[in-house]
This record gives sequence, C-alpha cells and structure tokens, in this order.
Amino acid sequence: MTDRALPLSSRWSERAVTAGLLWPSLAVITVFMVIPVAIMAVYSFLEPATYGGVVWKFSTAGYEQILFERDFLDDSLVFSADYLLILWRSVAQAAIATLLCLIISVPTAYYIATRSDRAKTIWIYLITIPYWVNLLIRTIALLFILRDDGPINDVLMAAGLVSAPLSLSYNSFAIGLGLVYSFLPFMVLPLYSAFERFDFKLLEAAYDLYASRRIAFFRIVLPVMRPGLVAGGLLVFIPAIGSFLAPDILGGGKTLMIGNLIGTQFQGARNWPFGAALSMILMTLTLIVLIWMARRAARTKFNG
Amino acid sequence: MSNARLKDLRAFTGFGSVAAGCVIFLYAPILFLTVYSFNDGRSVSQWSGASLRWYAKVLHNSDIQAAAVNSLIIATVAATVATVLALGAALAMTNNRFRGEEAAYATITLPLMVPEIVTAVASLVFFVSVGFSLGFTTILLAHIVFCIPFAYLPIRARLEGMDATLRSAAADLYASRRQAFTKITLPLLVPGLVSGWLLAFIISLDDFIISSMVAGPGSTTLPMHIYGMLRLGITPEVNAISSLMLIGSTLLVIVAGVLNRGGKTT
Repeated sequence: MTDRALPLSSRWSERAVTAGLLWPSLAVITVFMVIPVAIMAVYSFLEPATYGGVVWKFSTAGYEQILFERDFLDDSLVFSADYLLILWRSVAQAAIATLLCLIISVPTAYYIATRSDRAKTIWIYLITIPYWVNLLIRTIALLFILRDDGPINDVLMAAGLVSAPLSLSYNSFAIGLGLVYSFLPFMVLPLYSAFERFDFKLLEAAYDLYASRRIAFFRIVLPVMRPGLVAGGLLVFIPAIGSFLAPDILGGGKTLMIGNLIGTQFQGARNWPFGAALSMILMTLTLIVLIWMARRAARTKFNG
Repeated sequence: MSNARLKDLRAFTGFGSVAAGCVIFLYAPILFLTVYSFNDGRSVSQWSGASLRWYAKVLHNSDIQAAAVNSLIIATVAATVATVLALGAALAMTNNRFRGEEAAYATITLPLMVPEIVTAVASLVFFVSVGFSLGFTTILLAHIVFCIPFAYLPIRARLEGMDATLRSAAADLYASRRQAFTKITLPLLVPGLVSGWLLAFIISLDDFIISSMVAGPGSTTLPMHIYGMLRLGITPEVNAISSLMLIGSTLLVIVAGVLNRGGKTT
C-alpha cells in the first residue's frame, strides 16, 4: 500500500535496500552450507582415494557398500546386513526415543498448561534451560550417574535391591535414555503451546454430558494436541536419528548409529564417498519424515 | 466462583507427578555431577569431603585455558557476525513481501534442518576441497553459518511485535529513513539483538561435532578438550570443568530469557 504511494525511484531504492540487507546472510549460508551439501551429493557418486578425498570417476560403490561387501577372493559382491543393521538401529532408537518423550511430555505439558501464569513461567524455564546447556556436558552428566559405580547403582546396592552393579551404561539402553534426555524439552514445549490454546470449557461440557475422565481426556484433550505432537515428533526424531554424542559417549563405541558411522568415514576409516552416500541417506530419511509429518498435519487439519 | 471447580475438573491424576519426574530427570544428572565436582578425593564415586581443589587444578591448566580462550573468541566473533547478518535479513524480510521470500526464509533456517553430523562432514569436505587449511578460521566460518538462524529468530520476533505506526509517526515528523531507523527501530530492537546474540553465543560455545571436524592443530575448543579428557574416563577434572560450563551457560540462558520476556510484554 505504501509501496504504491512512493515514486518509482524510491520504490527502486527500497528494493535495493532490501537486497543489500538480505544478500550477505544468504551468500554466507549458500557458500558455506548449500554448496558443501551439493559437493557431498556429487562425492557420493565418486571413487574413494586411498588417504581420504576422492578420485574423479563415477561410481555407485558408496551406495552399494551399504548393502554389499566385496568378497576378498573373487571380488564379487556379497550381501551384508552390517550397515543396514546400523541404519535400522538408528531409526529404531530414534523412534523409541520419540515415543518415550511423547509419553513423558503429554502429562507434563498438560500439567504445566493448567498452572497459574506465574507457575507456568517457572515450569517453562525449568524445561527450557537444559536445552541450552551444553549437550556434551549433559551427556557426560548422564554417563556419570549411569556408571557401574555411579549414584544409581550405589543407591540400588545400598538398598540391597541388587548384589552386583547393573550395567546401565555402554549399551543400547543408555543410548536410548541419552536420546530422551537430550531432546525431551523439544517435545514438552510444542505440546505445551498446543494445550495452552485449549478451551477448558470443552472439558467441562464433556463432564456435563457424563463423559468419564478417561473418555474426556482421549476424545477431547488429545485431539487438540495434534499440531504440537507433529512439531514435537519432528524436533525429537530428526536430531535423534543423526545423533552423534549419545551413541558415542553412552554406547562406549560398541553400538554405533548412522551419525557415528558417517563421522568415522571422514576421520579413521577414510572413505569419503561412502560417508557422503550415508549422509545423503540420512538427509533423505530426514526429508521423508518431514514430508510425512507435514502431510499428516495437513490431513488432521481437514478432519478436525 | 466456579474457578476452583474448574481447576479441579482440569486435573488428571498422576500428571503432576509425571511433570515433577520429568524435571527431576532433566536436572538430577547435572546436579549430581556438579555436587561431585566439589568432592575432595581422587575417586569420583566416594565422597571424601568438600573442596575446590579440582577447580583450582582445572583453572591452572594451561591447555584448558588456551581452549577456553579459543572457545570464547570464536563464540564472540561468530555471534557478533551472525547477529549483524541476521539483523539485515530480519529487517529485509519482516513486513516486506518480495519474490523468493519463502526461498530466502528456507535458506536462513537451513542450518536448523540439516543434521548436525552432515553439516560437520560437508563443511570438512568443502574446506578441504577449496584448499582452506583447517584451523581457527574454518571453525569460525562454520560457526557463523549455524549461528545465523539462532540470532535471526529472536530479532525477527521482536521486529514483528513492533508497532508499525511508530515508524509512520517518525515519517510524519519528517524523520529521514536513516533517522527513523537509528532513533526508533534500532533502540526498540535492542532486547531482540541482545537475546539473539546470546543464543548464538551459547550455541557456538556448545558446539562439539562441527568444530571437531573442521579443527586443525592448535585450534582446540573447550568442548573438544573436554571430549579428549573423557578418554581417561570421568575424572574429577572433567566434573569440575563441566560444572563451570554448566553454570556459565545457565546464567547466559537466564539473561537471554529475561530479555526475551521483557521484549514480549511491551
């Protein structure tokens, strides 16, 4: 509206200002993020050089390696489930962590949303602060209490519940717990903002119509949180599936996830095209989940 | 009136306990670690009296000092550059429609969408391919990129909450564009800028994966140093330096949060 009122020259300078303000950040992200990812896409189709790097020769070996192993003797491709298993483990761990976060977060977010304004602020602070606290340190802190001679085992032993320390660390359980611990705030916050918008008179109406508590909760309250559920699910699942620190520190290097496998290809094992192919697969998985969730969100909007 | 009844109706049994459990779960490991960092003994499991000796040891370690200085310089510069870039983007994109707006927004928030490990290895491959030598500069460049969206979001939120009539009023009073910006927009934007800067600073200080991929000799950051210390297991030194970082980032988060809240109420 104001745009029309301005003389043409001024409209032009307006555009120049907008462009001048915008392009530096876009240029930085394009050069140091978009181009690097594009390079990775190209490298995933090249041959590995011996000491890292690539040989400029087209090859799909990077992707083949995920499913097949080259036989030592006759150089034929033999099916191998090793890497597929790591991929599957990453998806499963992330899915379980998302589900656990959901189970903890629904009652928590609902409870916070029904507090007084003052109390709400404090609760939200309590949930938000851990997210901003260094993830490496939080993961170390979790390892600290899960160790064989850590506080949890101390308490269990002192209470006589177990005779030998439970091995809570360096296994899949620890990784799963680490993922929940890392990303739990991401689930609570979007669910909270969904419940915040809930009109609690609806609940009163349901009770007036003789709905039981259980029915009122599942039929009235839960449908309201769908958008929060989608957002929370994405915010937990996506970082969890590519997680590096939780499996690295809590898994003790034994039970790898795809994030660690990618890292190794660029540090120790030195197979860049394989690492690039794995990165492309991780990004594709992420994208599929994003689109699937977005579609679900769109569908629930139509139905609800 | 019916308020008490309504409150009662809204409650579901057990939800409060789950919420309490959730907070305990989030804080118990951090609190245990911090408490044990004051333990005098060499063992991290057996309590043998309170002491600050591990803090003294950590603070006098020259490797840790160097890593801390590296981290602080990188975080300060990365947060500042990212905030300036994000300010430009936010000014250009708020209350302003143009072609390619969605693409611009997607680009700005891209660092939040790409899995961290992919960003890390892609940056490494890029720097090696274009012949950058890995070190301080490469860490700094990578940090600037992922700090941009964290600085952008609070600034944009603050700009959107700003009363547009204020700028019209300035124009009515014959303020030039520059004057309207420096006298009206910028001062009102300060809380958004500060909280954006702080968030970018914290995110930079926190990063481990990307830094460790694009680091070179002599450019160890604090999280990288702590990660290296872990090879010997959890030692009292790890506890002490971790607790220091915990306290530092918690304080920064609280400051950023208070500023953000102040922004929302006006």
